[in-house]
Amino acid sequence: MRYAAKKLAMMLLTMVIVSFLAFLAFQIIPGDPTARLLGADATTESVAALRAELGLDRPFFARYGAWMQGALRGDFGRSYSYAMPVSELLAGKIGITALLTAVSFLLIVLVSLPTGVLLCARERPGLDRAANAVNQIIMAVPPFFTGILMTLVFGLMLRWFVPGSFVSPSEDFWRSTAYLFFPALAIALPRIAMTVKMLRASVRGELDKDYVRTAYSRGNSRWQALYRHVLRNAVVPTVAFLAMAAADLVAGSVVIEQVFSVPGLGRLLLTSIANRDYPVVQAIVVILALWVVLVNGGADLLNQRLDPRLRLS
Amino acid sequence: MLEVRDLHVQFHGVDHEAVRGISFTVENGEILGLVGESGSGKTVTAMVISALLGADRAAIRGRIVLDGVDLLSAAGSTIHQVQGKDICVVFQEPMSAMDPVMRIGPQVEECLRLHTKLNKAERRARALQALRDAELQDAEAIYEKYPHELSGGMLQRVMIAAAIISRPKLLLADEPTTALDVTVQAQILALLKRLNEERGMSILFISHNLNVVRKLCRRVAVMEKGRIVETADTEAVFYHPQADYTKRLIAAIPTRRKLHDG
Ligand SMILES: Nc1ncnc2c1ncn2[C@@H]1O[C@H](COP(=O)(O)OP(=O)(O)OP(=O)(O)O)[C@@H](O)[C@H]1O
Ligand SMILES: [Mg+2]
Repeated sequence: MRYAAKKLAMMLLTMVIVSFLAFLAFQIIPGDPTARLLGADATTESVAALRAELGLDRPFFARYGAWMQGALRGDFGRSYSYAMPVSELLAGKIGITALLTAVSFLLIVLVSLPTGVLLCARERPGLDRAANAVNQIIMAVPPFFTGILMTLVFGLMLRWFVPGSFVSPSEDFWRSTAYLFFPALAIALPRIAMTVKMLRASVRGELDKDYVRTAYSRGNSRWQALYRHVLRNAVVPTVAFLAMAAADLVAGSVVIEQVFSVPGLGRLLLTSIANRDYPVVQAIVVILALWVVLVNGGADLLNQRLDPRLRLS
Repeated sequence: MLEVRDLHVQFHGVDHEAVRGISFTVENGEILGLVGESGSGKTVTAMVISALLGADRAAIRGRIVLDGVDLLSAAGSTIHQVQGKDICVVFQEPMSAMDPVMRIGPQVEECLRLHTKLNKAERRARALQALRDAELQDAEAIYEKYPHELSGGMLQRVMIAAAIISRPKLLLADEPTTALDVTVQAQILALLKRLNEERGMSILFISHNLNVVRKLCRRVAVMEKGRIVETADTEAVFYHPQADYTKRLIAAIPTRRKLHDG
């Protein structure tokens, strides 16, 4: 219980620090939102008036405090460039990026866990070398390139999907999911390769341990020993890795949303940074940080379920 | 019951044999001691008998006959039927020999799950009985625990419970007490002796300590560098060792007097 409280406190602290740093960053980086909004030939008076209206003339800490108060109530202020509250603006986008991330994560788990284990099901040096080579190649190709390739092959040549024809999940969930399959796969591929590599090393390490010998001595076949004993032990280090992958899937989606014209959080983030639309950027940064913190917390909980030795009293 | 004939084992990529043509028998209901210093090939012998060491890692020649069946020439499926049913093993390090993320109960029951059609409740009842047979108090509580929650002595009892649950013909005990402290050691030895007497279960008891073997076994085989140099009555070996190696082995036993003298 005390452990959980400590963990929770750490999560909160992380969130506060991240939001503060993001706030600070926009204070420091050059570029003024008013210049974007009013154009180059704005008068000094109109700039000053707008700055006052947006609250930009107030001291840094006062602004951060006000933002914090609002954020705690779910109010992230108004967007400078879109005439609507940030929360409303984000509401439509979060679902899209969340769906993209979810499909991608599902692909990672569903492909890499069985593959990693199957590759260890029998001692086959030839297959090992081949798998290694394929892994290296997949890891080296960046998702935006895979994405462009997929658009070309599956979109334009095979016509399995029409690039740019994205429909929002709130309109048609399954069509939306189907469209997101290829972008999700593009981000997932290098992470699948990494997870397979990681899991394989982990399974290898476990296979040499004494408890596996015990399992054999009781009449388990290699396959039975693998799935009854080795898998759960080997998955523990992989879970932390998967949590990291889940966290940086969102970063991957920023790029891939551009390639596949998916109007998600990533595209909004890029345009908002370009527009110096600070309230939007700030909110997205906080949401991403919250995601990372939650995923890591979830991984911790899962690992404690998997490995009793991690359950601290 | 178990007959080992002219067994040779040579690891792949090693230019000498780890086991160089050994022969011995374990009779029904007997505890045979196998002693020898570190590296003499005791564990390798046990591993081959329990089929934990196979052709993928070593060249193995000879015959290992259990009740008329030659295990070395038997099919893989036959071997899996023998492992955990006719032959069970207790290892030296109980902590590392157990799956750290699985509760004690399912580990103790594993041989039943693999070799019988008993249902969950029946297996549980047998597991609790086996834990009690291994002289563990409060079997229900232990059944639910994880290995890291028990002491080394308790874990070795758990391993013994897991090994006797399917009532094997032969128990291979490879230095089962070496990792334990002296009082626990004596208790485990007494437990093995009791199980042997009450059930007529044959045991191949491996140790590098002739003194320990003497408490448990009527007969002992002495192993040196992959060969068996002497097989005889334990007391006879102890008082009238024939091989020079055995004499040295006896001389190396730390007696109380020697310990006190420093
Ligand atoms: N996997 C292996 N590969 C190569 N050689 C091995 C392997 N395992 C054991 N050996 C060799 O086989 C010989 C016998 O080893 P073994 O483990 O059977 O000795 P032991 O009598 O059990 O000794 P101890 O009392 O230390 O347990 C040793 O020389 C050892 O180096
Ligand atoms: Mg040994």
